[in-house]
Amino acid sequence: MMRAVRLRRPSGGWATAWIAAVLLALLLWSVVYPNAAIIVGSFERGLGDWRDFAASPADRDALWGTVVVSIGSVIGALLIGVPLAFLLSRAEFRGRRVLSGVATLPAALPPLVGVLAFLFLYGESGVITRTVQSVLGLNAPPWTLSGIPAVIFVHAYTMYVYVFLFVSAGLERYDTTLDEAAAGLGASRALTLRRVTLPLLTPSLAGAMLLVFMSALGSFSAPYIFGGGARVLATQILVSKLNGALGLAYVETTVLAVTAVLALLLLRRLEGKRQYSVAGKGRATRQLLRSGVARTVLPPLAFALVVLLVLPHAMVVLVSFARDGAWTTQIMPPEYTLDNYRRLATERQLWRPITNSIGMSAAATAANAVVCFAIAYIVVLSRAPGRRAIALLAALPWAIPATAIALGLAATFDRNAPAQLRVLLVGTFWILPLAYFVRNIPLVTSAVEGSLRQMDPTLEDAARGLGASRWLALRRVVIPAARPGLVAGTMLAGVAAVGEFVASVVLYTHASRPISVEILSQVRNTAFGTAAAYSVLLILLVLAITIGARWLEGRFIAGEGVVNAGR
Amino acid sequence: MSPSRDAARGERRASALALDRVTRRYQGNPEPSVDNVSLSIAPGELVALVGASGSGKTTTLRIAAGYEIPDSGRVVLTDESGATRDITHELPQRRGFGMVFQHYALFPHMTVEQNVAFGLEARGVSKSERLAKAREALSGVGLDGKAGRQVQALSGGEQQRVALARALVISPRVLLLDEPLSNLDPTLRQTMRDELRTTLRRSGVTALFVTHDQEDAFAVADRIAMLAHGRLLQLGTPEELYHSPATREVAEFVGRAALLPAERTGDGVWVTVGSVALAAPARVSNEQGDISHLIAVLRPESLQFVDNDEQPAWEGTVAGRRFAGGHTVYRVRLESGAVVEVMGDGVGAPEGETVRVRLSGQPIATVRP
Repeated sequence: MMRAVRLRRPSGGWATAWIAAVLLALLLWSVVYPNAAIIVGSFERGLGDWRDFAASPADRDALWGTVVVSIGSVIGALLIGVPLAFLLSRAEFRGRRVLSGVATLPAALPPLVGVLAFLFLYGESGVITRTVQSVLGLNAPPWTLSGIPAVIFVHAYTMYVYVFLFVSAGLERYDTTLDEAAAGLGASRALTLRRVTLPLLTPSLAGAMLLVFMSALGSFSAPYIFGGGARVLATQILVSKLNGALGLAYVETTVLAVTAVLALLLLRRLEGKRQYSVAGKGRATRQLLRSGVARTVLPPLAFALVVLLVLPHAMVVLVSFARDGAWTTQIMPPEYTLDNYRRLATERQLWRPITNSIGMSAAATAANAVVCFAIAYIVVLSRAPGRRAIALLAALPWAIPATAIALGLAATFDRNAPAQLRVLLVGTFWILPLAYFVRNIPLVTSAVEGSLRQMDPTLEDAARGLGASRWLALRRVVIPAARPGLVAGTMLAGVAAVGEFVASVVLYTHASRPISVEILSQVRNTAFGTAAAYSVLLILLVLAITIGARWLEGRFIAGEGVVNAGR
Repeated sequence: MSPSRDAARGERRASALALDRVTRRYQGNPEPSVDNVSLSIAPGELVALVGASGSGKTTTLRIAAGYEIPDSGRVVLTDESGATRDITHELPQRRGFGMVFQHYALFPHMTVEQNVAFGLEARGVSKSERLAKAREALSGVGLDGKAGRQVQALSGGEQQRVALARALVISPRVLLLDEPLSNLDPTLRQTMRDELRTTLRRSGVTALFVTHDQEDAFAVADRIAMLAHGRLLQLGTPEELYHSPATREVAEFVGRAALLPAERTGDGVWVTVGSVALAAPARVSNEQGDISHLIAVLRPESLQFVDNDEQPAWEGTVAGRRFAGGHTVYRVRLESGAVVEVMGDGVGAPEGETVRVRLSGQPIATVRP
């Protein structure tokens, strides 16, 4: 008689092992499979498509353009973000509070909306361009906002916020007695900055540079709208796809993804190399400026910066009241109306993208909340087999540009083939939420992980030891510990999903078009007023999500009577 | 010529530093943090700034260093040639001072040797020369062989010595130390105190250091400046502060003392507890003028036990005892409720026993009430 085979109990227990297995399967299916399909697809004609890629001058341009744009954006963002962070965290001057209030505004613009605002302001027929032209009495616009410099300009403006935030946080933790020690030893300000301050800020700088580089590498909207003749890989992929050269699109996608992963590995090394724990009390007090020049120059400079930072938002709001088609050669839109908003609310065709965006981002974000909590739980608190692989796969979408993710999904879920684990999603409502979900896995997971790592891991054991069931321990101990990260992570995911453009423009159908895609088509029809009205609506949605998340977190905190002023 | 450049040539320069009626207020604070403080440090002298936290001692040090600018008053430096100049508004990097920070502020991304050589690097000294000097300075503080270490791999005492070597290698005009011993454990602290004084003496540097620990001050300083609420209460040798405190606060802060009301009579004082008045010679300063009601500062050695009933004495009960090596100090609660400490031999009374205490006849310090 056969004896039943007794399996050895996996470490961490059967329940977590099962959850881990399901998560691993889900990640393999939604993250690895589509990207593998792209790589496989690039070899469908043997090396043929790779040869075409190598021979194509357009692709060489695009690869070069991508590298130049990425490096240029990093330099631009550093040039704005680093001085601004130093100024706002080290110096006290008139206008500092207002300036620090608006310093992160560019990050609040959904990607396409920021580009649109720049078009209204600095484009060939933009307000600033025409003002300068008329003041100087020029026949032609003083500049054209196109090509690689324009893309870098837009990137620097929107992405310096990462540098600003990272460096500000670094300076917040920085022990200022180190600077005093250097000064006391006779070092000039420049020497102190070069030999002491900046080396110690390397981790912050590297983290920010990585973020800017990755964002610029995968950036689509700015090159798409301002690129002019210049090419980058992200836009080239869409061109190849629309031309039906799918194999070439796969090669381009592979090259872009590989570049991204290489950059990630390189900068991570730099980031990890210089980690120092700085001990001691860093009395980071803002100094009143002693020099007379700084005191006269800084307040007006701060004022100018504030205007520059608020202008894009203000411009989008202004144009949203402009009558479509009326703004042609004037400096400012000549006619104002509420019609744009009225039409959005009353015309079904125009209302559709709004419900689409809300529905699709809600579905994706809900899935992110559940799945990413489970991933973080398994990775941080369990000893389930395979948890390292899960952690790696959950971080992977971060390194892959959105265009590549979208193309991978399009290549994989374009038919029903159960044997190959393929489902037909392309052309349905569900393909966009899936794309949003995949893109946001790293964001939500890392936020929840952050919260769970702050929790004392013995708390769960303590709860179980007191007789709590696994479910009760999860509900009363683990979820409350994960909550700050979960709320913040899902908030950011919701914000990203509701304004998502890059993956959407690859995957949308007319019926499922989101707001961002509709904005683009309105711009194409020169219906600037309607496009701006959509943009304002998008900004309001982002604001609503942010406030909602704050309110939710505030309620939790109030409910527990926990005082946490720092959040 | 840069004042600091010739320091790098290794000349020892003992300068004098003076603070002249220095006041510093912080925004939002009604009371000044440093209030009209004047003190001068002679060339090669070691002066300790002591006081409770919030007394203004660190702010005073930071004013001396140039990290703070006083709202009024001057900082004056007299160099070895006797030339005097006002450095109140001079930047820290131009003063040519050395500073040892409370948490040492060692640069975590540099090795021990690079830390020590940094001040010479700032003075444009060539690499080989500055590294040689750094090693020499390290050997001066007993850290031979640790030059290539990462500072984070060092113990607290070693880090303190690196900080000291880093400050001394630039041959500073004045060395400033902010709580240099506070981060060390008690045993190490004892050793480092003696070592600090030896090193500073050998280098001949003029030094001002902040501490909240009177024993640090006693062990290291030539003179002690005691601050409270931003004001300088007394500047004197440790003996002066102990035996002739200028105020109540000084008497309470320095050493152990019971403060009891006293009546002045000629050269002495009468101290009355309950119905028993005892007399002793007193140190009465001129400033106390013709005040007849004073406070007597009773140190443990000012009191002794009486073992017979004939002599006049105060009665009390032993509330506690503390073995202090060669002798034992007893805490005695007198009938009036006042608690005094009495120095006795090692075989005295157990706790709870009734004892009789009298003044030992040593001169007693007095302060204004």
